[in-house]
Amino acid sequence: MRDERNKVEKAFPELDDPNLRDALGDFRSSVHAWSDSVRVRSEAAYSAVRTTPVRPAPAWGRTLAWALSLALSAGAVTGAVYERHHQQVLAQQQHQRELQLVQQQQIAAQQQHANESEDLLAKIDSDVAREVPSAMEPLAQMMTDDSGN
Amino acid sequence: MTMQTATRLAGSELAEADFSEVVATHRPQIFRFLLASTRDVDLAETLTQDCFLKAHRNWAGFRAESSVLTWLMRIAINLQKDHWRNRRLQFWRTTRTNAVDVSEASDWLPSGESSPEQQLLARERVSGVWRALEKLSGRQKSIFLLRYVEEMDIAEIAKATGLSDGTVKAHLSRALSRVREQLGGKA
Repeated sequence: MRDERNKVEKAFPELDDPNLRDALGDFRSSVHAWSDSVRVRSEAAYSAVRTTPVRPAPAWGRTLAWALSLALSAGAVTGAVYERHHQQVLAQQQHQRELQLVQQQQIAAQQQHANESEDLLAKIDSDVAREVPSAMEPLAQMMTDDSGN
Repeated sequence: MTMQTATRLAGSELAEADFSEVVATHRPQIFRFLLASTRDVDLAETLTQDCFLKAHRNWAGFRAESSVLTWLMRIAINLQKDHWRNRRLQFWRTTRTNAVDVSEASDWLPSGESSPEQQLLARERVSGVWRALEKLSGRQKSIFLLRYVEEMDIAEIAKATGLSDGTVKAHLSRALSRVREQLGGKA
């Protein structure tokens, strides 16, 4: 500190008051010490920042938004695919049901037609059997007439 | 690439290299002056950055009519003036500053071989100078700091402040009287 005072004394010859000279020397030393301390601290912080590998800070909001939008998109696509598949299955089942119904109707109609044919044939048979005379009938009558003579 | 372009590029690279050297050499002094003027570490750092930014922009126009330090000090003094002028105009804003008080600023003493009693006396003297500086005008304070902290001579201070040598001496005399008065001596 004495060196500082000597330096001030040499640098500023207008100072004749030793008390003032000492005060100015102390003040100068104090400001230099303060400034150096702040500068060293700033440089240490700066070098620490520079040596730390810079990684992009995780943008949580953006990441979350991306994840949510992806999940929503995936859900929407899956839902649409499932709905489409479900509709196809339902349509297929409906078609099967209609096909079966038509087939059943056709079978029923065929059955009815067959029954009607059988009845008609039976009726015709019975009618024919009743109306047509026996092939030997005239001859039998003639024989009866001869035995009476 | 033409010879002219190459020469211009080489010249600009040289100028950049020169300016980097100027920053490395004079940054501590500029920062110290601004720190002592404002007693605000953040403000001093900001103004120092602004000072070198402005100097970089005008580096090509520097004619070396004064030393680089004097030129930089002039920029720093003007920036500081602009800052306080803007603060006065923005009176509706909060007036809170980060400036440390006198006692905190006086805590900084180099750890020498002196005894605790001498350290205490030194702290009181430093505190007295800070208190005296609070009573000085901005211009007087700048001149005082340039003379007794940065050890610039009268002619350099005159160039840095844009004043005549006589005016600088008059301001210094008044500032010293105020400091002596604060320290308990005769004004």
